[in-house]
Amino acid sequence: MKKKLPVRIWRWTIITVVGTYLIVPLYSMYDFSTKPFGFQDKGRTFRAWKIIPGQPDLIAAISRSLITAAIVMALILFLIVPTAIWVHLKLPALRRPFELLCLLPLAIPAIVIVVGIAPLYRWISIHLTESPITLSGVYSMLILPYTYRSLSAALDAVDIHTLAEAARTLGADTRRVIFGIIMPTIKTGIVNGSFIAIALVLGEYTISNILNYKTFQVVIAQIGRTNGNVAVAVSLASILFVLVLLLLIPTKKRRSAVLDVDLV
Amino acid sequence: MTQLQYKGTGSANGRTGSRYWRGKSAYLGVVPFLLVSGIFLLYPTWNVASGAFQDKHGKFSTSVLKEVFNSKVARHAFANSLEISAKTAIAGAILGGLFAWALVNGKPGGYFYRVAVALSSVLAQFGGVMLTFAFLATFGFNGLVANIALKVAPHSFLADSSWLYGKFGISVLYTFFQIPLMVLVFLPTLENLKPQWREASDALGGKAHEYWVRIGIPILTPSFAGAALLLFVNSFSAYATAATLINLSDFLTPLEIATALTSETGGANPAEAKSLSFFMVVVVIIAMTFYALLRKRVSRWEQRR
Repeated sequence: MKKKLPVRIWRWTIITVVGTYLIVPLYSMYDFSTKPFGFQDKGRTFRAWKIIPGQPDLIAAISRSLITAAIVMALILFLIVPTAIWVHLKLPALRRPFELLCLLPLAIPAIVIVVGIAPLYRWISIHLTESPITLSGVYSMLILPYTYRSLSAALDAVDIHTLAEAARTLGADTRRVIFGIIMPTIKTGIVNGSFIAIALVLGEYTISNILNYKTFQVVIAQIGRTNGNVAVAVSLASILFVLVLLLLIPTKKRRSAVLDVDLV
Repeated sequence: MTQLQYKGTGSANGRTGSRYWRGKSAYLGVVPFLLVSGIFLLYPTWNVASGAFQDKHGKFSTSVLKEVFNSKVARHAFANSLEISAKTAIAGAILGGLFAWALVNGKPGGYFYRVAVALSSVLAQFGGVMLTFAFLATFGFNGLVANIALKVAPHSFLADSSWLYGKFGISVLYTFFQIPLMVLVFLPTLENLKPQWREASDALGGKAHEYWVRIGIPILTPSFAGAALLLFVNSFSAYATAATLINLSDFLTPLEIATALTSETGGANPAEAKSLSFFMVVVVIIAMTFYALLRKRVSRWEQRR
């Protein structure tokens, strides 16, 4: 269907204006990160990009943040999702309170959660461990609203009661019903939730900075104070990394589209 | 932990006798989740809520709350926070809404559409350290746009990067992550607009602007307002961007809270942090209540659930 001319003009004006706003800062990051170190020098240098792997602090922080993300994902898979299914199946009376609990973090900004949780993490770092991996506990709560939304949409789309009954009639135990039958059918919702988890853990600054944990963002901020070019290069690299990751997620619609592009 | 999770399953399989127990033991299944959320979510919430109503010695009192409420510094920060959140929510909602409309009018599922949506999901999460770097690289000292402005128009405000560190600068930064968030929130709404409505309007002789004024905008208003409220909460809660950009500890309420909580010069005051947090939560809860009311109106036609 061919659009009318005024619609097309409007469309491209909007895309140009808003697109410029979004793209210019990203391009500036590239520009800044390839600036030569001396003021008088001309041209481009990729020195800042090349020395990224040689930053031990940074590599350690990235791996710590990735481990934290993995733990958050495990908590989603083995705690939050089974509980959501359990409540759906067995405890209809708890559905409303459970929903409220899951949406509670929406009403509490991260900065407020820090205020409340600071004593707990002080205790943890004195008595248990100082590892930033313990942050996965509070992170899994921060993403509850998003996990809950993608989950409840998925759970509503499938008649899990019938599925569960059919499975049980055929002799499956409850563990099998949840992990073998229901979870595969709501895979998309779970995958979406997990990607939000990665994005949140890699991008989190508020809690870790105030509690003095050296996560990915905190370390980037530190590097930025001494070596701007490298910090900007790392930031841009991580943005591009997540972007490519998102474009490569093989959902049904996307897979065919990716193929189309590849063939051309 | 997963072991505990399934303690309730035995009876659910019908192996335990009493029907009464069957119902009750199912509640054991939520115990692990309650434990974790109790430690990491309910405890901090309770800590802030109760702490706001205590004085420095832990006794019940509203003195700290009153003190914060009457403090000029706190009021100033709160006003700044509210103003910036409202402005960036409106700017982000309008620009993001228009951009979403432009996307819907293109080829849905096309290459441009996919890249734009993926980019939006990345940039919506983009607050904080990286956003600050991006804007310093653009408008900051020796930044791309700042350098161009120095050559082209040395007297414009762009040539001197100090504007970036004020209310206007923060608003420009916040709008940067508000736009993509709006695109993500508003895109489904626009995609659910029924083409039949447009066709019906056209068939009855309605012009394009008549369709928008009489049908499109009235239908979209509740979801648009709801999305704008989400954006408001989003920037009202934002801390990382402002914290990495400016060092003024009493410029915005989140910065003030962080200072009250961590101040290393002996000024740490958890009671004040809790009271400030309490006021923040009150604002967020009011906004979210309106959001929930608006969503109710929307779901009537949007066929979601």
